[in-house]
Amino acid sequence: MSKIHVTTTINGDPVEYLCDAEETLLDVLRDHLGLTGSKEGCGTGDCGACSVTVDGRLVCSCLMLGAEAAGREIGTIEGMAKGDQLHPLQRKFIEQAALQCGICTPGILVAAKSLLDHNPDPSEEETRYWLAGNLCRCTGYDKIIRAVLDAAKDMREAS
Amino acid sequence: MQYLSPSTIDDAIRLLSSQTGDCKVLAGGTDLLVRMRSGFAEPDSILDIKRIDELRRISRDADGWRIGAAVSGAEMGEHADLVADWPGVVEAVNLIGSTQIQGRATMAGNLCNASPAADSVPAMIAAGAVARIAGPDGLRDIPVADVPTGPGKTCLAPGEFVTSIWLPSRPERSGDAYLRFIPRTEMDIAVVGCAVALTLDAGGTCTAARVSLGAVAPTAILVDAAADTLIGTTVDDAALDALARTCSDAAKPIADKRGTVEFRVHVAGVLAKRATIIAKTRAGGAT
Repeated sequence: MSKIHVTTTINGDPVEYLCDAEETLLDVLRDHLGLTGSKEGCGTGDCGACSVTVDGRLVCSCLMLGAEAAGREIGTIEGMAKGDQLHPLQRKFIEQAALQCGICTPGILVAAKSLLDHNPDPSEEETRYWLAGNLCRCTGYDKIIRAVLDAAKDMREAS
Repeated sequence: MQYLSPSTIDDAIRLLSSQTGDCKVLAGGTDLLVRMRSGFAEPDSILDIKRIDELRRISRDADGWRIGAAVSGAEMGEHADLVADWPGVVEAVNLIGSTQIQGRATMAGNLCNASPAADSVPAMIAAGAVARIAGPDGLRDIPVADVPTGPGKTCLAPGEFVTSIWLPSRPERSGDAYLRFIPRTEMDIAVVGCAVALTLDAGGTCTAARVSLGAVAPTAILVDAAADTLIGTTVDDAALDALARTCSDAAKPIADKRGTVEFRVHVAGVLAKRATIIAKTRAGGAT
């Protein structure tokens, strides 16, 4: 079976790749493009560790085929920091130790950034609901939620 | 496996009819890709309908709303006019999965996946929704209630797929609501679901109602007898008690790890009452 040729944009850069029809976007990111920040936790859309944005919309990259990405704008965790400059969410996660093993962290950061892009001033409840599809087995979530709310506050004050 | 992504409904019909092996239609993919990964589906080809522009639209005409089969739950939730007309339907769709799932999952996909516990299906049935189905013989419209025929089974013939869901314009003094019971606060599958859509007259008497239950039978069911307990009343406590009894009687659930038969029968009545109170309030009725 011949491979599918896909032209897309990832983190603002034009990207081309060849993939099999059954390969997910997550497979493509990790195995073909070396973008291993997105993690495979469950592979069934339950854990959120593979979260990316597609045309600005938060999705699980394990529930999307690589072939579907043609012509879309994909955003991954690798596009979050600007060079050495960490995103305020990333800085806050480090400062407040909002991670332990780190497997869920890229997905949570992508999802949290998507929340703040939609709503710069979310309540704690809105934040918890928005991130309900991102599972963390270590932290108990509290530090994550605090870090997101504090980063949101910093970003509002800086703007 | 082959990946097909037609840009018109006609091309999709032609491609679907010309497939010799198992061809699965891909909308949001939040059920299909999970089934493929677990080995429950091994299609020879996938037909992605998201490149068909008209299936990505929510449009309004004189009679109602047409929601394309590739419209995501998130897009429905962001459509203020649709939410204003059918808050119960949109809430039911938005209950499906996480933020990430909402970015992909579609109402038409929820219907065609044909889970008895699908959240949007009772809400669509209560709203009087109609599915438009495309196939080799052209288009046909059938009530959403008639699409699922059993767990995982629909009335769609080979080569057919749903292109859109139609909802009528909301009549004056009408409201709808959907509630489900889950043991958690988020991210779970309905143990029981109940949707109610009703219309009041100027004096607050119910003139029309549709009540639908999910997860208590092989498919979501329309309970005509439950609607009859509301019509002609002011939806007072006596009517609500009769409604609850009727819904419990209509519930024919199985017992599984999510709930026992007794629990589901009871909860069907409780949810029917609560959903009706919300729908009545939305219709402008006195509380």
